[in-house]
Amino acid sequence: MDVILFLIFALIALVCGINVVLQTHPISSAVSLIGVMGSLAILYLLLGAEFIAAAQVIVYAGAVMVLFLFVIMLLNAGVEIKRGRSFMVQLLGIPLLISFLALMVWFVQRMYPSATGVHFGGFTGGTAHAIGTALFTTYLLPFEITSVLILIAILGAIVLARKEMD
Amino acid sequence: MSTVPISWFLTLSAVLFALGVAGFLFRRNIITIFMSIELMLNAVNLSFVTFSYQLKKIDGHLFTFFVMVVAAAEAAVGLAIILTVFKNRQTLNIDEVDSMKN
Repeated sequence: MDVILFLIFALIALVCGINVVLQTHPISSAVSLIGVMGSLAILYLLLGAEFIAAAQVIVYAGAVMVLFLFVIMLLNAGVEIKRGRSFMVQLLGIPLLISFLALMVWFVQRMYPSATGVHFGGFTGGTAHAIGTALFTTYLLPFEITSVLILIAILGAIVLARKEMD
Repeated sequence: MSTVPISWFLTLSAVLFALGVAGFLFRRNIITIFMSIELMLNAVNLSFVTFSYQLKKIDGHLFTFFVMVVAAAEAAVGLAIILTVFKNRQTLNIDEVDSMKN
C-alpha cells in the first residue's frame, strides 16, 4: 500500500518536474511546479511530517506560487525566444548533467542499500506541537533571526517594486 | 508489511534536483529560471524530511521550515527585482540582460 502510494506520487512529481523544464510558456511551468509541490506534500505525509506537509501546501503551493502567477500575468510573459548556444554547451550540457545525476544516485544506493524502509506511521514526531517546542527552545535564535530576515525582505520588495515618485 | 526503501526517496530528491539544475541552465526566461531554483529547494527539502525520518529526529523538519521561510522571502525580493528589470528593459530574456558581461 505504501509502495503504491509512493510510486503514484513520485511519478506525478517526476512528470510535473520534467514538464517544468520542457514547457516553453511560463504559466505551464508554474502550474507543473504546483503539481510537484502538491505531490511532495503527500510524500511528506507518508514520512510522518504533518506540519511540513501543511506548510508546503499553504506556503509553497499557495502563497509563493500565487505570487509567481501574479507576476507572470502582470508582465504578460509569453513563449520564450530560443537562441543558439555555443558548441561546447550543446556538446557537454546533457552528458554532464546525466553523469551528475548518476553519481548522486550511485552514492545514495551505496549509502542506503535498502537497509531501512519507510512505512506510514513509522515516525510520529512531526506534529505541530513537537515542531513548536523545538522551534521555541533549541532553535530560538535562528527563529528570531529569520523574523528579521522576513522584515528585511518585505522592506526590500517594497523599495524595489514601488513606483518612482518624482 | 510493505515498506518503501529510504533510497527511493533520496533518488527522487536527486532526480528533482537534477531537473532543477537543467531548468536553471537551459531555460532563457528569467521567471522560469527562478521557478527552477524553487524546484531545487523542494528537492533538498525532501532529502531533509527523509533523513529526519531515518534518524527519528525532528531537526530535519525544522531545517525544512527555515528553508521554506527563506524561499518565501527570496521569492518576494526576486520577483520585485524581476519587475524592476522588466520595467527598465521591457524584456524577460536573460540573453538581453547582459550589461555586466565583458
